[in-house]
Amino acid sequence: MPSKLDYLDLLEAESIHIMREVAGQFERPALLFSGGKDSITLVQLALKAFKPGKIPFPLVHIDTGHNFPEALEYRDRLAEETGAKLIVRKVEDTIKAKGLKEPGGKFASRNALQSYTLLDTIEEFGFDACIGGARRDEEKARAKERIFSVRDEFGQWDPKKQRPELWNLYNGKIAKGENVRVFPISNWVELDVWNYIKREGVELPSIYFTHEREVLVHGEFLVANSPYIRIDEGDIIEKRNVRYRTVGDMTCTAAVESTASNIDDIIAEINRTNISERGETRIDDQVSEAAMEDRKKNGYF
Amino acid sequence: MDLLRFITAGSVDDGKSTLIGRLLYDTDSIKVDQLATIQKQSKNKGEGEIDLALFTDGLRAEREQGITIDVAYKYFNTEKRKFIIADAPGHIQYTRNMVTGASNSDLIIILIDARLGVIEQTRRHSIIASLLQIPHVVVTINKMDMVGYSEEVYNNIVIEYSKIAQQLNIKDVTFIPISALQGDNIVNPSENTPWYKGETLLHLLENIDVAHDVNYTDPRFPVQYVIRPQVDELHDYRGYAGKVISGTYKKGDAVTVLPDGIDSVIEAVEVHGEEVEEAFAPQSAVIRLKDDIDINRGDVIVTKSSSPKVSQDIEATLCWMDTRPLIPGNKYLLQVQSKRVRCIVKEINYKLDVNTLEKIENIDQAGLNDVVHVTIKTAAPVVFDSYNKLRANGGAILIDETAHTTVGACMLI
Repeated sequence: MPSKLDYLDLLEAESIHIMREVAGQFERPALLFSGGKDSITLVQLALKAFKPGKIPFPLVHIDTGHNFPEALEYRDRLAEETGAKLIVRKVEDTIKAKGLKEPGGKFASRNALQSYTLLDTIEEFGFDACIGGARRDEEKARAKERIFSVRDEFGQWDPKKQRPELWNLYNGKIAKGENVRVFPISNWVELDVWNYIKREGVELPSIYFTHEREVLVHGEFLVANSPYIRIDEGDIIEKRNVRYRTVGDMTCTAAVESTASNIDDIIAEINRTNISERGETRIDDQVSEAAMEDRKKNGYF
Repeated sequence: MDLLRFITAGSVDDGKSTLIGRLLYDTDSIKVDQLATIQKQSKNKGEGEIDLALFTDGLRAEREQGITIDVAYKYFNTEKRKFIIADAPGHIQYTRNMVTGASNSDLIIILIDARLGVIEQTRRHSIIASLLQIPHVVVTINKMDMVGYSEEVYNNIVIEYSKIAQQLNIKDVTFIPISALQGDNIVNPSENTPWYKGETLLHLLENIDVAHDVNYTDPRFPVQYVIRPQVDELHDYRGYAGKVISGTYKKGDAVTVLPDGIDSVIEAVEVHGEEVEEAFAPQSAVIRLKDDIDINRGDVIVTKSSSPKVSQDIEATLCWMDTRPLIPGNKYLLQVQSKRVRCIVKEINYKLDVNTLEKIENIDQAGLNDVVHVTIKTAAPVVFDSYNKLRANGGAILIDETAHTTVGACMLI
């Protein structure tokens, strides 16, 4: 006999329990919002967790300046509709204030620099917990991370010093200066997120659906033509029908060729594809086997 | 479609990683690019063929040393179920990791190498399964291809293991002869074992009854957070947010709020802001009461029909998880659900040999991975159940007061 609850109900109940643990255990939590489907799912879960009250923590966006305009527009609208407080801090400002070196190269990604802005923002507002939309199925280093992941004063993750996490008991006890990254959808996989978005009727930024876009064809990757990437002689730039499977920066997120115009089409496409989400869309993960582990150790999300 | 969480117990030598790799591969859960990465790493390590173990080892140190240190979570699904695998290391020096992975599992797969039969490790893994009260045990007798698919070898292991199961009071045990490497009886019934009439591993995982593992009769609702919207139209609203960890709650139920023992009646049960007839385990819900009483995070709402224990004196079976030893007299924080209290571990009554279940008395301290029986005194009353009676409300953790790390896992008695 199967359980009385559907798997999405079970995942949802677990995530809501985690959201409420954050609100109950911490004084100044925040929800890190990127405009992507995973953080949109987090907002949906947070809304449900605290109904009829409002979400008892702000949404924080670390803006690299390389965002898709559609994601920014969506962000502002969501904050207005939900009545959630929105805090935006720009990587651009951190670069100027700290005299950081702008990354170079063809796809100069500010992705790694986000960590600096994030740590400054955590310090500025005294956040003791930051909720994020990372999932364990995304990447091997993430498969080992706890739901409550403690970071030291420098925002560093030490995989060898992780706290054992048993049953549904989460230990968010920290010293001053430390903070906890909390991942309520750790146990969701990509398709769970899409099926949940479908079931809940959650609206998404338009770039998740098919649209015509000018892209740079770079090997297997299709990268949006934008002022943030370097166009070299001989580069192939074409108009293609694409959608985004993940939404990150314009410089490091690749589009996939697709005519999927609704969630059902997208779910069907993901079921058919034989390439993983990050493998298909994240240019920044291709560097080394431990790219994510290294970034996380340095304070990355 | 529902959800099953299981843990695999065994070491690389038993073919554990191969088994997980096989389940993921045969259910189409490994993508081409992930396979390519594994192929590349296999070459880096100088091995000829694809090493499926690499798929489960996430950290650099693990890949370099070729061992699994931590618990890794893996996911796959079929049309019937979503599966969450806790992949934990099997060696004795990682007992705490296995305890961690076992704590949330509905089922455990214990791997036995057909050539070796029941060994010390098998016994240890079974003891942990029994301590953590994992409802279902599946014993996979692996590497059947190496023993010529011998029914006799299989039967002898079944007989030997059944004795252990009986001794440990493990009720639901299923045996399956498999070869993870060749795929025998994993997804499809094997032609090599015509004498085996049971299910394949995947068929069992897809169909095993987990609904009855949930307790619907002893209502426990630990309050996590109090919702008080600061708006005019909901001026008097006071909702207690929490998770129904066991039992069922309905409007009109006579309830008691523990540990203070204040009585009230449920005015409404809400799930996601909508009023519902009833909320049941393991739903997250909001409960509103008729009386305006002071309820805080850590309090537990129960019904009159079933009472948990409320006490400051607690006995527990404890797995120690810290490198610094546990010494009687040490003070910690004890966390049971949403309640955290200061406590003192007064006595270590005995240590349990996890290989033999033998009780070793006169213990003056417990070290990393030790399983001990302790007496704890708390600074305030704690609401809990005996772990063996109600798993959902019988687990607790010990937290170091200054380092804040989780140092012990308690199965309360």
